Amino acid sequence: MKITREAVLHVADLAHLELKEGEVETYRQHLDEILTYVEKLNALDTSGVEPMAQVVAVGADSAAAWREDEVHDAAVTAEALAAAPDPAPPFFRVPKVIEREP
Amino acid sequence: MTTNAKRTIAAVRADLAAKRVSARELVADSYARIERDNPRLNAFLALSPERAYAQADRIDQMVARGEELPPLAGLPLAVKDVLATRGIPTTCGSRILENYRPPYDATCIERLEQAGAVVLGKTNCDEFAMGSSNENSAYGPVRNPVAPDRVPGGSSGGSAAAVAGGLAVAALGTDTGGSVRQPGALCGIPALMPTYGRVSRYGLIAFASSLDRVGPLTASVADAAALLGVIAGHDPCDATSAAVPVPDYLAELGKPVAGLRIGIPREYFGEGMDAGVRERVDAAIAQLEKLGCRRVELEMPHTDYAIATYYLIATAEASSNLARYDGVRYGLRTPADSLAEMYRKTRGTGFGAEVKRRIMLGTYALSAGYYEAYYLKAQKVRSLIARDFQQAFEKADLIVTPTSPVTAFRLGERTADPLAMYLADIYTVTGSLAGVPGISVPCGNTSEGLPVGLQIFGPHFGEARVLRLAHAFEQASAAVA
Repeated sequence: MKITREAVLHVADLAHLELKEGEVETYRQHLDEILTYVEKLNALDTSGVEPMAQVVAVGADSAAAWREDEVHDAAVTAEALAAAPDPAPPFFRVPKVIEREP
Repeated sequence: MTTNAKRTIAAVRADLAAKRVSARELVADSYARIERDNPRLNAFLALSPERAYAQADRIDQMVARGEELPPLAGLPLAVKDVLATRGIPTTCGSRILENYRPPYDATCIERLEQAGAVVLGKTNCDEFAMGSSNENSAYGPVRNPVAPDRVPGGSSGGSAAAVAGGLAVAALGTDTGGSVRQPGALCGIPALMPTYGRVSRYGLIAFASSLDRVGPLTASVADAAALLGVIAGHDPCDATSAAVPVPDYLAELGKPVAGLRIGIPREYFGEGMDAGVRERVDAAIAQLEKLGCRRVELEMPHTDYAIATYYLIATAEASSNLARYDGVRYGLRTPADSLAEMYRKTRGTGFGAEVKRRIMLGTYALSAGYYEAYYLKAQKVRSLIARDFQQAFEKADLIVTPTSPVTAFRLGERTADPLAMYLADIYTVTGSLAGVPGISVPCGNTSEGLPVGLQIFGPHFGEARVLRLAHAFEQASAAVA
């Protein structure tokens, strides 16, 4: 067993996911199975192999990759805020994150 | 009037120009079909009749004025629900984006509408395009029009079912590890994944940014060529879209295929393939040889590592991309006293099981102490897989394989074992990792009557050649049938 219950809870915490009690063991089993499967990559010697950082090399140094940094007004503030769960134009409202000193 | 299932883009345009039908009638006809068949297929999640009829009226006015019609005039089009459409619900098949209406259109949608296409509505898909059967949608599975007790494939299952079932003439899907090609194969229609960067991803709601691509699912290869010609090209809003000239794909279709070297990689013909699939694919390769193509045996030794590589890279990117769904700016919010609790509860209730599984896998692969062993290792193996393709294209002009090792399976048949579902992506994820274009073109049915797809890969920006062979094969198959 590679993945412990604690590791699942740690990863869920990093990913901001609340898990139900039943989900913890299910995900532990699935992650364990998948991570055991991906270990097959260790059979390959990749010393001297560069990690792939760009999918298609075309255009990297072309005009398309460089442009003027121009400001455009997308003019969608009202529409964007309309899609928010708790808008307070022009802001998004969230639960309080900073407590003031009394 | 012929049915949508038999219609092609050229036929729609010719019928409109000759005033045999109006664009408005075409839209009404499509909606009538959707009303009749969608309760059974569940291919569409939302319809956009106002927008569709407004566009149809524009086309009809052009006809009335005797103007030359744009290339996709009046085309009844279905759009996968991961592509942003202004003011029209865009859910990604997820509860977390239920009722979300984007304030902008994806570039590909904008371009298609400028070319005369009519957006009928948004199609069902696996949640955030994560799945191979469309069973991961929060809004219920899609049924395969060819065999209604079976899945249409995924994740663009709604788009494939809409075209195969005649609810739309063409559709857009997205392909990250096979999500356009595999449902195309399972529903028996052509389905194209263009080169990475060929089509703008602006407005494609991100799953895995180094892999995601927009591609057409159509009634014919020529229709795929026509759609690609419209959506391809550089977009200032997507820095990864390539400034490579867009050829006239339709004009390229007629060029000869005799003499093309078709590479057959032995790793794609090993264990795990259904006998019925093998029989149809072998027959298709024999047919290509009859057309004058030269068969070249290939070895692509890193193929067996592609699934492991793909599911590390795709989930790592997904874990980052999906961090934005936090209940603040759009979509679902589950209220809580603190911001951290709000994030956790919103994401815990808003995401479905497969999405949570992938977020956790990706988070794990990127976390301290595991990054090098998993993510970095996968990026290195990705280089080796891309090198397999480079070397293959030194010996062959195109690579020919099956699209999927299996045909459409029954609903619920494979949901219990996530890893087994991942393994069925074996023939498609390779090309996704290498960034090359690939098409799935129908190559007949098994004895059970289930469609089989033939996959053709080309080199980067080699869509014209891919389409040319697929078209020649399609024409030859039609002549035989």
